[in-house]
Parts: sequence; C-alpha cells; structure tokens
Amino acid sequence: MIVQSLAFYLFAAILVASAVMVITARNPVHSVLFLILAFFNAAGLFVLIGAEFVAMILVIVYVGAVAVLFLFVVMMLDINFRELRVGTLQYLPIGITVGLVLLVELALVLGTWVIAPDLTTVVAAPTPTPDQVTNTHALGLLIYTRYVYLFQASGLILLIAMIGAIVLTLRSREGVRRQNISNQVSRRRDEVVAIRKVPTRGGV
Amino acid sequence: MAELWTGYAWPTIIIVLQIVAIIVPLMVGIAYLTYAERKVLAAMQLRQGPNIVGPFGLLQPMADGLKLLGKETVIPAGANRMVFVFAPMLTFLLALIAWAVIPFDDGMVLADINVGVLYLFAISSLGVYGIIMAGWASNSKYAFLGGLRSAAQMVSYEVSIGFVIITVLLCVGSLNLSDVVNAQRTVWFAIPLLPMFVVFFISALAETNRAPFDLPEGESELVGGYNVEYSAMTFALFFLGEYANMILMSAMTSILFLGGWLPPFDIAPFNWIPGPIWFALKIAFVLFVFLWVRATVPRYRYDQLMRLGWKIFLPFSLFWVVLTAGVLVTFGWLPS
Amino acid sequence: MALLDRTARGFFLTELLSGLGLTFSYMFRPRVTLNYPFEKGPISPRFRGEHALRRYPNGEERCIACKLCEAVCPALAITIEAEPRDDGSRRTTRYDIDMTKCIYCGLCQEACPVDAIVEGPNFEFATETREELFYNKEKLLANGDRWEAQLASNVATDAPYR
Repeated sequence: MIVQSLAFYLFAAILVASAVMVITARNPVHSVLFLILAFFNAAGLFVLIGAEFVAMILVIVYVGAVAVLFLFVVMMLDINFRELRVGTLQYLPIGITVGLVLLVELALVLGTWVIAPDLTTVVAAPTPTPDQVTNTHALGLLIYTRYVYLFQASGLILLIAMIGAIVLTLRSREGVRRQNISNQVSRRRDEVVAIRKVPTRGGV
Repeated sequence: MAELWTGYAWPTIIIVLQIVAIIVPLMVGIAYLTYAERKVLAAMQLRQGPNIVGPFGLLQPMADGLKLLGKETVIPAGANRMVFVFAPMLTFLLALIAWAVIPFDDGMVLADINVGVLYLFAISSLGVYGIIMAGWASNSKYAFLGGLRSAAQMVSYEVSIGFVIITVLLCVGSLNLSDVVNAQRTVWFAIPLLPMFVVFFISALAETNRAPFDLPEGESELVGGYNVEYSAMTFALFFLGEYANMILMSAMTSILFLGGWLPPFDIAPFNWIPGPIWFALKIAFVLFVFLWVRATVPRYRYDQLMRLGWKIFLPFSLFWVVLTAGVLVTFGWLPS
Repeated sequence: MALLDRTARGFFLTELLSGLGLTFSYMFRPRVTLNYPFEKGPISPRFRGEHALRRYPNGEERCIACKLCEAVCPALAITIEAEPRDDGSRRTTRYDIDMTKCIYCGLCQEACPVDAIVEGPNFEFATETREELFYNKEKLLANGDRWEAQLASNVATDAPYR
C-alpha cells in the first residue's frame, strides 16, 4: 500500500508543480512542455486508480496529438508575450469570477461527500466492478449501450467542428496548376516513350 | 524486515534483472542493426560495406560507438540548454520503455497489462517529442524545419496506424498483446488483413522517419534536419533511439500481423524452435524490409507525403475498419 | 478496361514491388568497388602524381638547373637555385617544390629537356603537417630513387607520343 501512496503523492506533486509552471513559465514553449508533463502525471494518477484505458487514451490523444499541435503552433507563432501581458489587469475581475465559481463547484462536490457520505450509494452503480471485466470492456458496454446517443452527439459535434475548421481555412485560388498524381502514376513507359529509328539527316 | 525483503526488495531485484535481460540484447540488436543496414545497403548498391574492423567488419558498431563516446558534446550558444540535452534522452528513453509490454513468448513479458496495444501506440506517438524538442531547442533553421516536418508527419501517420490497430483489435477482441498473438494460432493476420499490413508497414516507415519518409532528416535539403546541431553522445542517443524505434516497430508488426512468437506452421520441425527465436527472426525479416525499402525508394516530397497519409491511407484504413467489422458481424466471427 | 488495369496496378503496388525486386536481385551480383587499401585500380603511364627527380643509371642526377620548370610552373610551386659544381658542371643547390601549391598540371615534366623532373605514379603521400609537403631536393631525389623502375618504364611507354 505504501508504494501506491508514495506513487500517488509523487504524481500529484509533480502534476500540481507542473500545472503551476504552465502559467508561470516565461517561455511559451516551456509552458507547453510543462503542460505535457502535467498530462503525463494525470495519466499516472489514472493508472493508480485502475483506469488504465483512460490513462492510455489521455496519453495518446492529449499528449500524442493535441499537445503536439499546441507545441507546433506555439513554436510557429512569433508572439511578443510581454505586449500581450500589458492589459492583463483589466481581465482580472472576470478571471477571479471564473476561479471563484470553479472553487465553489469543487467545494460542493467534495462537500457532498463529507456531508452525506451515503449519497453515492443511492445511485445504482452503473459500472461493473473492475475485477469482473477489463476497463476497455466496461467502457464499451456503457458507451455503446446506455450512453450511445450522447456518444454519437459528441461525435457529431466534433465532426461539425472539423468541417467548420476546413470551411474556414479552405480557399480556392485562381491560376493554380495542380498536380494530377493519379495521372502521373498511371503513366507507363510503353505509353509515353517511343523509340524510333531516325534516318541520317532525315530528322524525326 | 522479512516482509520488506519478500514484499518489495526481491521483486524489485527480479524486475531489474528482467529489464537488463531485455535491454542488453536490444542494445546489441541496435548495434548490429546499424551494421546490417550498412552491409545490406552496400550489397544492394554493389559496394563492399564496412569490412575492416574485425572479421567482415563485425566490430564496426563498437568502433563507431567508441568514436562517438570520445567526441566532444557541442551545445550551441543560442540553444536552450535544458531542452537541448533532454531531447535525445527522451527519444532514447521512450524507445526503451515501450519494450516493457512486448511478449517474447507465452507469458514471457515484463508487464502483461490489459491495454498493451494502447500502451505501445501511446509510447510510439510520444516519440515525436524528442525530435520536435530537439528541433526547437537547437535554435537553428534546419533543425527547426526538421522538427516541424517530423511533428506533422508523425501525427498524420499515427491516425492510419490507429485505424490499422483497431482493425486488428476487432479480430482479436482484446487489447492484451499476448492475446493478440494467441488469436493468430490459426492464421496470421498478415494474410486476411494484407492491405492493412501494407498500410501499417508503410506508416511504420513514416513513424520511424525512415526512407522514403526521412524528410525530418532530409540530408539533401535540411543537412540532417533535427540532429544538425547534435554531436557525440547526444547524437548517439538520437541514433540509438531511432534504431530502437525501428526494432520496436518491427516487433509491433510481428506481433500484430506475423504471429509474434508463433511458428509459421505448428508441426514438427517448426515448433521445435523456441518462440523467442521465431519472434527474433520475424523482427529481423521486417527490419530487412526496412533496409530493402531504403535501398529502393527515393525520398517523398513533403506534400506527397501528406497526401499519402491523409488522402489515401486514412480513407482506405477507415474503409477497412468498417469492412472488417461488417464481415465479422455478418459471419458471426466476432471474438467473444 | 484500361481504367481497371490502371487501378489494379496502383492497388497492388506493382511498380513498387518490381523496384524492390530489382534491388533484391542486385544484392547477389558481384561487387563493383575495390577494397581500396588492399586492392588498387590500374594507373595510366601518364598519371600525374607525386614528383620525383631522376638520376642517370650511373648515379649522376639528371637536372641541369635550366629552370625551365620553374619558369613554366603556373602555380609558382618550384624554386631553384643553382651554381657550378666543383667539376664545373651546372647543378642545382636548391630544388624545392611546394606540394601544397602544386596543381599537378604536369607542365614541369613537359618542359624538362632531360626528363629529370617527372610526376610519378604515387598518389598516397598525404602527411600530417604542412611542413612535410614542402619538398626539397633530397626528398625529390629519394622519390626518384624509390620509383625509378616505374618512372623509367612510364617515360619509355609515353615517349612515342611526345
């Protein structure tokens, strides 16, 4: 047990520390790198509570794809972050409000457990216990039966977002000569090369 | 005290020994992969290849390693030192930790986790960080271009690799790598899923930045890409990591499509040979194809690379996922 | 039909496979490269390599200090000083070739009336320092003694064409 606790505190401490570094680091690339470290430690925490599927998906999707694109964009953009920080103070009230709302919500979530610890037992546990089926199996059983409409809806939202991004960036330009690769690939030697015997001084 | 010994210390020692037993052959394998690459390329180009150091040049990898060890690590003045030094270590580390879940034989695996395939996929998708960090930290335009290319390329080809893996998983019904191999007792997945096998192999070439997709290095246009500024051991770590990734991708190909440790036919002369040897032979074969392709195919242009990944492999593998699922459902072949 | 044919060709990667087959067949052909330090390619008698000062068969050095080579040398690599020897014959007291300047054009051996300065077949005279490439008369004569057999045969082979 002690090893699990030690691992938990290690992951949690690094997670919190790197989350702090994300917003305090002066270099935006460093921020993204710390964000990746935070994702990674979150995945470690997921593994500790036995949710290995979610942990792996977190690593694949967030670390493997999303954060790469973050890094990509941050590296490509040449932003003067000092200039951006000039007007930070005027957003302070909104920031504090959002922070307070989050804090209250977290307090409510945790408070429910403290005030009424038997509240969670009222809801029939929708998930099978982890020792009966594997993570992946359990998730599949839930997502594709009970929550199938929500799952499809979230898929549709992502699809719309994707189409939106494509529509925003797609532009047809005039006078662009495009390469027709299938034409090029389908050319064969005997169709396009002719070997002729040219008579002397006769020309082709 | 006794509980501490039996509960923690002894298992730790066992695990460390197992790790050593995996890593030492792996390192030897990497060393001789570089040798094999030079020899195979030389043979296909009608050259001799390394033949001076030791008999048939067999000690060449050691000589190369010693040379790199003896050189000076140059850190450019404009580089971001922390990230610059960390990047090669990360590449190397990621190439090694993936081996934790590779099964060498029935039950012969360091960590037999339930999401082994996902773990491998996750680790291989992290490989891009070492390269992109190196490209950025070098503070050099060639390295930066190499890093950007690599990031875009690896993210693109991961998608089709993901779909290929899903196709295989549909046929297996488990994410455990040992189960994946055991599901191929009747027929290797390379035969019914041949197009997916080809897509996977080509994507693996792109994922490991090998020819014809070695644009992140691109000697002829980027003078070495992300590792321009690296020298000595930092370069050696990149090199080792790259080749370890090649071996890892070959191992993945063997496990997903070529039946892992299973002999090709489960009859007398074939099943006398132990599983790990079959596994090693299959890895060696896939690696040979890696080198063979390098000797044959010229480098892709960057837009062609992206076109192949997004416009051909992605729809094609998506189609095959649907087709496989449809066939499995129609004929009731779905694994329970 | 042509479309089907084309699609099939693309789908089955025939071109890639035939390319792979070609490289695989090359794997078993004999090597065309030489194992250089142990095997060497043939060298023409006109090969212009390291310089040498030759001697007559009786041991007398050929060079008569006419300085034609010094005059013709386009890279100004040759430096000659001369005065009469005790027996009255005119000989060089100094004959230096700066091999770092030399462009191996072969004009010195063309200019030489007595076939004294020649460019020999040796091309493996890399050194570790620059100073070793500033050849003096002793070095050049030593080269001549070392390569004389081949130098003489080269000069004889090439003589009809001069």
